[in-house]
Amino acid sequence: MTMVISTVIVLAVVGLLMGLLLVFASETFKVEVDPRETAVRECLPGNNCGACGFAGCDAMAAAIVKGEAPVNGCPVGGAPVGDKIAEVMGVTAGEGQEKRVAFVRCAGTCDVTKNNCNYIGIETCEAAMTLPGKGVKACTYGCLGYGSCTAVCPFDAIHVVNGAARVDRSKCVACGKCVAACPQKLIEIVPDRAPYAVQCSSREKGPFVRKICDAGCIGCGLCVRQCEQGAITLSGNLAHIDYSKCVSCGKCAEKCPAKVIRMR
Amino acid sequence: MRKKSFRGGVHPAGMKELSEGKPIQFHQAKGEMVFPLSQHIGKPAIPVVKKNDPVLAGQVIAKADGFVSANIISSCSGKVKSIESRMTSAGVIAQCIVIDNDGAYTLMDGIGRECDYTQLTSAEIVEKVRAAGVVGLGGAGFPTHVKLSPPHPEEIDYVIANGAECEPYITCDDRLMQEQPGWIIGGLRVLLHLFPNARAVIAIEDNKPRAVAAMEQAIAGEDRMEVMLLKTKFPQGGERNLVHAVTGRKMASTDLPANLGCIVDNVTTLAAVYRAVCLSEPLMEKGFTVTGDAVAEPGNFLVKIGTSFAEILEAAGGLKAEPRKVIIGGPMMGMAATDLNVPIAKSYNALVCLTEDPVEKAEQQMTHCIRCGRCARACPVGLVPQMLNLYAERKDYDRYVKLHGLDCLGCGTCAFVCPAKRPLTQLFKMTKGVILRNRAAEAAKAKEKEEKAKEAVRV
Repeated sequence: MTMVISTVIVLAVVGLLMGLLLVFASETFKVEVDPRETAVRECLPGNNCGACGFAGCDAMAAAIVKGEAPVNGCPVGGAPVGDKIAEVMGVTAGEGQEKRVAFVRCAGTCDVTKNNCNYIGIETCEAAMTLPGKGVKACTYGCLGYGSCTAVCPFDAIHVVNGAARVDRSKCVACGKCVAACPQKLIEIVPDRAPYAVQCSSREKGPFVRKICDAGCIGCGLCVRQCEQGAITLSGNLAHIDYSKCVSCGKCAEKCPAKVIRMR
Repeated sequence: MRKKSFRGGVHPAGMKELSEGKPIQFHQAKGEMVFPLSQHIGKPAIPVVKKNDPVLAGQVIAKADGFVSANIISSCSGKVKSIESRMTSAGVIAQCIVIDNDGAYTLMDGIGRECDYTQLTSAEIVEKVRAAGVVGLGGAGFPTHVKLSPPHPEEIDYVIANGAECEPYITCDDRLMQEQPGWIIGGLRVLLHLFPNARAVIAIEDNKPRAVAAMEQAIAGEDRMEVMLLKTKFPQGGERNLVHAVTGRKMASTDLPANLGCIVDNVTTLAAVYRAVCLSEPLMEKGFTVTGDAVAEPGNFLVKIGTSFAEILEAAGGLKAEPRKVIIGGPMMGMAATDLNVPIAKSYNALVCLTEDPVEKAEQQMTHCIRCGRCARACPVGLVPQMLNLYAERKDYDRYVKLHGLDCLGCGTCAFVCPAKRPLTQLFKMTKGVILRNRAAEAAKAKEKEEKAKEAVRV
């Protein structure tokens, strides 16, 4: 019996001593953390996508507190998160950041674009890029359709549908991973508010584009003439919309003979 | 005679019997001829003709842009139809000069004028080769005048004529050695004149006994030339493997043959050098094999550069069966073609049409790597493809580079022996491309940063 009691007492004393030691250590070797950093970290989405340019949300929070990153620098969280962080930091978020999404500048699905060959081999876009004529489709600029973008998307927002990648605008947070992954450089980040977009990247001349794809920009320039804002430019047989000028009037889409400019 | 070789390699079925007995036919193309501005390694040439300009056969239509570049010569006479973007045989859309061929093949003045190379200085010979637009005709397309101007010509002790022709199916070099040994020997004489301390070795695989006999007969009386028999093994004709087999010297991936005292030229290139220097004929035509079980009459041709693949296929009797796969080049390293209305550029030497696609079958049988190590035993550069495969699939590029994955020749040996039928070569080609693209992007970024820093300092 005495043995049991002594054991309990010894253990209790040892436990107490250890506890005191830990209390002492945690007080003496404490690392000063800015309480704001923790608060900012709480506001961030926490999926560590790295789209802000920092190594995950912790690094982003530290950078915001140090003043190295803007309070609205998280592209995933957008305006709401920016406002919350601004509150923590005691500043105003400034211009509310508008929601932006990724957009694939190609609508060359299997039924509109001609194929050049049967491809048998590794099914990734990088591998298809090594084919003569870049991929299976006759167009050397278009979506290869093997889903390198789908593989990197952390938000399940981009999928290959019928041979061409499509973005799910409700899920996309403009983290930009697909932009970096696309070997054809087809994906760009655009404001979500602008519904009209040029859905082609071909720099080929009109007649050739017509021959190989029913959804290709033929570079006719009708849209440039239609746009009252001067937001559309034509370079290398391809129309391009400047979204800082675009007012979404839709006149370009109305006139586009190839229906390349249309609602996303 | 001793037979030399290298470590590794494979023995694909030769299939040369389809066309090896067919004498070289001279083919004069009709219709338009297309000349891509980039048919060589280095900068594309710059056009010196305009639309509607009349041109003669042998006329320079595009000038080399810088030292590592090559002239483009018109192989026909006619009128320049246009200078436009066209699909080329490499599958890239590139600038091409299109000439409306009048079919007369009127030659420029001075072509065919005989010239004694012993009266010329080294610089004059190299200039003649450069002006003639000669590039490596074995496949790489490296400008020959650059090869012939090593920093220390006196240190070159081997001139190797590459007559290995290790790719299955292709027989045009074999036929050239049998029918025109004089051209090749002539080219070697010119090179030996340039490199006084060198001796010439004509390296031929032992599956070409008639070529060996022809060359041996041709070099009779030449004390600085010999014919060397090599084992028939793929890729015997690769530069590094050939240098190793002939001289015993090991080439690092960063070495040029000239660093090891060797100049390696394909026999067709040597023939072109001879014709450029001694006959004042620029590079207008080259040997070409059309073969495969889908071709009606497989054969060897001396074809004008700029002729379309479709036309040369027609010259070989067309197709007798529906091809499942058409390959530009040999089946081991060639590219599958998607369009035959593309021009034959300087470095292409074969068109293979097959009724069966072995790659398609392999794809259906693909399984996981079983780590048997056959690929490592076969790799001619001594890499370990099974590990490279692992890292390439994981996109672990640092480890891939550490295992010298960038030294891969893309010869196809590993994929050929793989019992699990894994597409190794394609994976490595693709990974190399990704790594090199990433590096280029990083370099561009670093440069931009540097410039920004400079700008900041100035402000």
